[in-house]
Amino acid sequence: MSIRFLKTHEWLNGNKVGISNYAQDQLGDIVYVSLPQVGDKVYAGKSFCEVESVKAVSEVNSPVTGTVVAVNEALNDKPEFINSNPYDAWIIEVEIESEGELLSQADYDKLIA
Amino acid sequence: MSKYTPHTEQEIAQMCAKVGVNSLDELYADIPNEIVNPTINIGEGASQFEVYAHIKSLADKNKCYSAVLRGAGIYDHLIPPVVTSLASREEFVTAYTPYQPEISQGILQSIFEYQTQMCMLTGMDVSNASVYDGAVAMAEAIVMCCERKNRAIITGKVNPQYIQVAKTYCYAHEIELIIVQDKDGLVDIDKTTHMIDDQVACVVAQCPNYVGLIEDMASIGQMTSSKGVKFVYVFNPISASILPTPAEVNADVAVGEGQCLGLPMCYGGATLGIMTSTKAMSRRLPGRIVGQTTDNRGNRCFVLTLQAREQHIRREKALSSICSNQAHNALRASIYLNCVGKVGLVQIAQQCIDKSHYLAQQLCKSGGKLKYKGEFFDEFMLEGGINTVERLKEQDILGGLPVDNDTLWCVTEKPTKSVLDCVVEQYKEAK
Repeated sequence: MSIRFLKTHEWLNGNKVGISNYAQDQLGDIVYVSLPQVGDKVYAGKSFCEVESVKAVSEVNSPVTGTVVAVNEALNDKPEFINSNPYDAWIIEVEIESEGELLSQADYDKLIA
Repeated sequence: MSKYTPHTEQEIAQMCAKVGVNSLDELYADIPNEIVNPTINIGEGASQFEVYAHIKSLADKNKCYSAVLRGAGIYDHLIPPVVTSLASREEFVTAYTPYQPEISQGILQSIFEYQTQMCMLTGMDVSNASVYDGAVAMAEAIVMCCERKNRAIITGKVNPQYIQVAKTYCYAHEIELIIVQDKDGLVDIDKTTHMIDDQVACVVAQCPNYVGLIEDMASIGQMTSSKGVKFVYVFNPISASILPTPAEVNADVAVGEGQCLGLPMCYGGATLGIMTSTKAMSRRLPGRIVGQTTDNRGNRCFVLTLQAREQHIRREKALSSICSNQAHNALRASIYLNCVGKVGLVQIAQQCIDKSHYLAQQLCKSGGKLKYKGEFFDEFMLEGGINTVERLKEQDILGGLPVDNDTLWCVTEKPTKSVLDCVVEQYKEAK
């Protein structure tokens, strides 16, 4: 399954969730990610964590409903990884129960064009 | 001339010429006169002397005791005159809240120095620019801790007014507040431990506590660490100079009332809420925080930092609606600490201990009995004593605070031996 997106600029790739290149570019230098905990429930379209840049704190919405099975602890020390490699810098891995309204890469590209 | 005249006559003339009017009056000509010069119902003008006399007659209604032996949250410490003198400088009294902060390097530096001193005093990593008072600081600390859990424990003899404020905060934040009763005036650690379940976010304890006793904060800190809950330490800045620091006993948040640091006790004080935390919790610390950095020329400069979590950016999702700080009171505290110094602060604390223990001993020798056996700092609860407090009013001395049938006495470095001996005399006679 290829990468897909929420309208609010989060991506789902396999079981992993992150924020899009467009999102990181809009936010600017990211300085902090408040990671959830393994075992937390997440809900499609609902916020599961906050990303803080020098400009703002933004909610990150989950593309899926399910349970967090892993969090990317590396972001504690290197939150700027989201800026440099947004599609490798996953935030959480989820055991998926159901998906939200997801866009294909092509449709997402149209949205942000 | 004032340093804060916004525009000179020449500048005003230039601006008027630029927009094509001859005078300011002409610029405002479209505004109805009753808006520019409204009638205000404050009576006829009075001369300076008449106003002085009137204000003095109002001030004379205050009862100012020559000696104060009452604390319970607000304390009568000596204030070196240099504190008021320096803090009254024009640059300080006219400085406004930093809405355009980086242009006001002076006020930012003063806040940064205050924060640094609070971190030195508590051993904690981070301090904010202050909040309204100690009670608000404690309530905000509870909210800080309740990130993923919604229950908080207040244990032992914590100032009842602080508990009231915490109740209001917790009601609004849907946090369940559990009050664990003290045991002989001290925190009941066993009972507190048993109250901790997986929804409890933090344990709050005060030291010295409301009845003056020094708590075993190290044991409480060990217990909270082992239980995986946060520890909020409510401290007194004077005793903090000699007791183990909040950081040394594993506090996650250390808060306190800073009135004792060079602020008077007008109607319960010009107050100063001190808030410090570990680095791990710094993003949950409410209010303003000033940081130090370098400007584009490599010079040392100051900025407001971690603003992204604040109300003006996060709106309703901000952790706290606190935007204000008590900048002028924080400045006074900072000047006070610079003035007394590290050694001086320890000496003040030592004198508080010596004098309060002298009074307690003398009262006990005269047949008095302390309500609690624990070690105390500068306050103690005497059984009875209400008659003595009444009698002392006639001696121009404010005695201890009546609490139920007992009295809570406080002796700072300020009262002289003759004042303390007078208390003992009155106590004997009242018996």
